[in-house]
Amino acid sequence: MVPTAYYILLSAALFAIGVLGVLVRRNALVVFMSVELMLNAANLAFVAFARERLSVDGQVLVFFVITVAAAEVAVGLALLVAIFRSKRTADVDEVSVLKG
Amino acid sequence: MDTLIFIITAAIALIGAVAMVVARNAIHSALFLLLNFGAVAVLFLLLYSPFLFAIQLTVYAGAIMVLFLFVVMLLGAERIEDAPDQIAWQRPLGIGLGVVLMLVAMATALRASAFAPPPGGEALATFGDPAALAALLFTHYLLPFQITGIILLVAVIGVVVLNQRGRHRSEEAGREDARTRRREDARR
Repeated sequence: MVPTAYYILLSAALFAIGVLGVLVRRNALVVFMSVELMLNAANLAFVAFARERLSVDGQVLVFFVITVAAAEVAVGLALLVAIFRSKRTADVDEVSVLKG
Repeated sequence: MDTLIFIITAAIALIGAVAMVVARNAIHSALFLLLNFGAVAVLFLLLYSPFLFAIQLTVYAGAIMVLFLFVVMLLGAERIEDAPDQIAWQRPLGIGLGVVLMLVAMATALRASAFAPPPGGEALATFGDPAALAALLFTHYLLPFQITGIILLVAVIGVVVLNQRGRHRSEEAGREDARTRRREDARR
């Protein structure tokens, strides 16, 4: 069986790649996908620790994270569409004014 | 055998993640993210979580990715980063900080976690059973479960409200058109 540490290492690497995506990319959609990648990495760590402790609570928490992530994606993409309608761009550098 | 599957799947997950960040085209990014989600789903299966494996595939790889692809195609925002950065030092600094974070996170993971093989045997046979998960979900976590339902409802209402504005405007425009037409008719 694979030790828990390997999963945690993979999770840390995936999370850092997600952070890199948020910091480097300017396309709001790709930034959003990077956020999803980070959530996913956290989920992986949760499940790995759940097996380590033989506790199902970790899996329940991942279930909640996935559900809330679905809601977050729906609202976030709706916001992106609304921003795109008024600004004609999905570049995060262009959207620097609070006024709609 | 487990280790071999883990190594292959982890490599696929890492390749998908890196390719997602590097790809120029947002559609390619979405598809690489899909690959990463699939690989992580297999890792869930390897960690004795068949229910989460199914949820990951249906909700993440199915619903969420379809939503992403739809919006990318709807907006036509596949390529918008051809212009150079407005702040020149932003990208190198971002890469540097990201690499630092990766090193720190992996070092912490190495120091803190257990390399000993996890507990196994009979306990693992019933662990991760969807029935056990459901029993916990509907007893101990009943209130959070209900709150999640409310969050989903609020999200649905929010999406409808956010994208309603355009329709209102076109209705008003239609009314304006009708008014001007009537005025012109009266003049004649």
